Amino acid sequence: MVSASNISYQYSGQEAISFKPFECKENSHWLLLGQSGCGKTTLLHMLAGLLKPASGSIEIAGTDITKLNTSKLDHFRGQHIGVVFQQPHFVQSLTVAENLRLAQYLAGAQEDGKRIKSLLESLNLGHKLNVKPKELSQGEQQRVAIARAIVNQPKVILADEPTSALDDTNALEVIQLLETQANEQKATLLIVTHDQRLKNHFPNRIQL
Amino acid sequence: MNLLGLSWKNIKNEPLSTLLSLILFALGVGLISLLLLMNKQIDNQFEKNLAGVNLVVGAKGSPMQLILSSIYHIDFPTGNISLKEANMIRKNPLVKKVIPLAMGDSYKTYRIIGSNHAYASLYEMELEEGRLWQSDFEVTIGSTVAKALGLKVGDSFVSAHGFGEAIMNHEDHPFKVVGIFKKNKRVLDQLILSNIESVWKSHDHGPPATNKPSKGKESNHDHKEGDGHDHSHDGHDHEGHDHAHDDHDHGSHDHHDHSASTPVNFWEAGDTKEVTSLLVFYRNPIAAVKLPRFVNDRTDMQAAAPAFEIARLSEMMGVGQQALRWLAIVIILVSGLSVFISLFNSLKKRRYELAIMRVMGGSRAKLFLLLILEGLIIAILGYLLGIILSHVAMEVLARYMQESYQYEFSGRIFLKEEWWLLAGALLVGLLAAILPAISASSTDISKTLSK
Repeated sequence: MVSASNISYQYSGQEAISFKPFECKENSHWLLLGQSGCGKTTLLHMLAGLLKPASGSIEIAGTDITKLNTSKLDHFRGQHIGVVFQQPHFVQSLTVAENLRLAQYLAGAQEDGKRIKSLLESLNLGHKLNVKPKELSQGEQQRVAIARAIVNQPKVILADEPTSALDDTNALEVIQLLETQANEQKATLLIVTHDQRLKNHFPNRIQL
Repeated sequence: MNLLGLSWKNIKNEPLSTLLSLILFALGVGLISLLLLMNKQIDNQFEKNLAGVNLVVGAKGSPMQLILSSIYHIDFPTGNISLKEANMIRKNPLVKKVIPLAMGDSYKTYRIIGSNHAYASLYEMELEEGRLWQSDFEVTIGSTVAKALGLKVGDSFVSAHGFGEAIMNHEDHPFKVVGIFKKNKRVLDQLILSNIESVWKSHDHGPPATNKPSKGKESNHDHKEGDGHDHSHDGHDHEGHDHAHDDHDHGSHDHHDHSASTPVNFWEAGDTKEVTSLLVFYRNPIAAVKLPRFVNDRTDMQAAAPAFEIARLSEMMGVGQQALRWLAIVIILVSGLSVFISLFNSLKKRRYELAIMRVMGGSRAKLFLLLILEGLIIAILGYLLGIILSHVAMEVLARYMQESYQYEFSGRIFLKEEWWLLAGALLVGLLAAILPAISASSTDISKTLSK
């Protein structure tokens, strides 16, 4: 489902970083581990198509995304890849439900109010539908960010340090959420982290 | 969810800076639109009322004042001319037709003009009710007069000396309304028309003929023409004329006794009678060269060409208008700048959400369009607000302007120039949004989100 072969990335004026090849099967869950500064986030951004690798190829759901042009890549990302970041960001002028609706609209998917409602209810956010994101707590915001990442039922879910800003309770909740949602949708889940609390949850690890 | 809806919500999310941009836009657009509305209607009023009059002949004084008083009934008349002189013009071979005007009285600020029926036909007046004036002291009134004063056919009123508020009334000679004109949006809507003899007779116990206009200040009827008159001319451009009108004005003062018998043709009423001015129509193009020179050089009267004087007037008013127009353009540009600054500022705050939108599948083009739409929405709203503002203002100002311009202004007319103004507003909105839009569409997603 997700495979990377011989990819490297070069920040201007620095030495190129190479990544060893790996492959993740459908519906498998992975942790990407490594020291800070070793390029974990860079790798995740390349997997999400936010950065173009200097060399190598990345195949996601049968498509080599390094060969797509910018607008096709935007479209592909919207449809097949859900991304959760360390800090959740939302369109501040929109409510929680509208932010999810925006995700459907931008991905070119059918706008589906029922799906949004049931998804948010399953994340215990059913009562926050019409609230602006900034009025939510940190944990709630991260849950909405997860809901937004999976609202279009992507084949791949990428998460960049999703728990590092959260306390133990919230971190556990977020991790469980990611796992159950990924299982429900048979999505491949890749989590970049150096959070020790997650290590016991995931048997599959890629060490950078 | 669509881009337009999202733009709208983003704008609403920044109410203060949006409000500032909107107000600036509305002020700029409103000011220009108001200028256009006024200009158009003033021009209209000047042009419509020219009615093909080639020349106006009247007492010496300011030529512009003569035109304003005789054609537009705005300013005060320059004085009177004797019937003898008037006849000389009428019989001149260069002249095809003259329409005499006798003025000096009013009723509740609406001027009473003595003339013949040719005056009404010149303006293509049609009757709404009743008939044209025939005998002495019969009047046919314009629709505005009828409406404003609630006059109906059969009503009588007493005229006042001068054009201001009544202080001295001619109570022994009441006028009777015999007809009301249909509205025709020209100056006659604002006038009360009678025959010339009525104007003479209402002044019978004083000096003959129409008298000097007074601004309602005279408390008795002894008509001190000389001093009551020429002071008002000092500010006007005399174009080299001397003040000879003072002399001729006094020429007929001792003829006080006028019998009630009316000559069948007022042109033959005798040399002592006076009229205020003559609207002259040329027989041929040569008249345009010869007649004004003849009148100005060889007689105690002056001749003024309406087209020329109005062009001069527009030129003089044009300077102020130009300044206001520039001011309005500057305001619009500043409003564009305000849109630009507020969009650029919002970009700083919104860089994460713009990056997230890209992650969610939004293309660069969509982000570009989003920002452009935000600029355009403010431009359109500002434009609409400005247009509403200017038309309401015009409607309010109309009440004050009607009296000084003898014209019914309206805020309920729309000009095609206002479409150009919309195009201009859209262009300013577009230009203001284009740099922020480029900046938004070229956001480096990875860099922004890894911060």
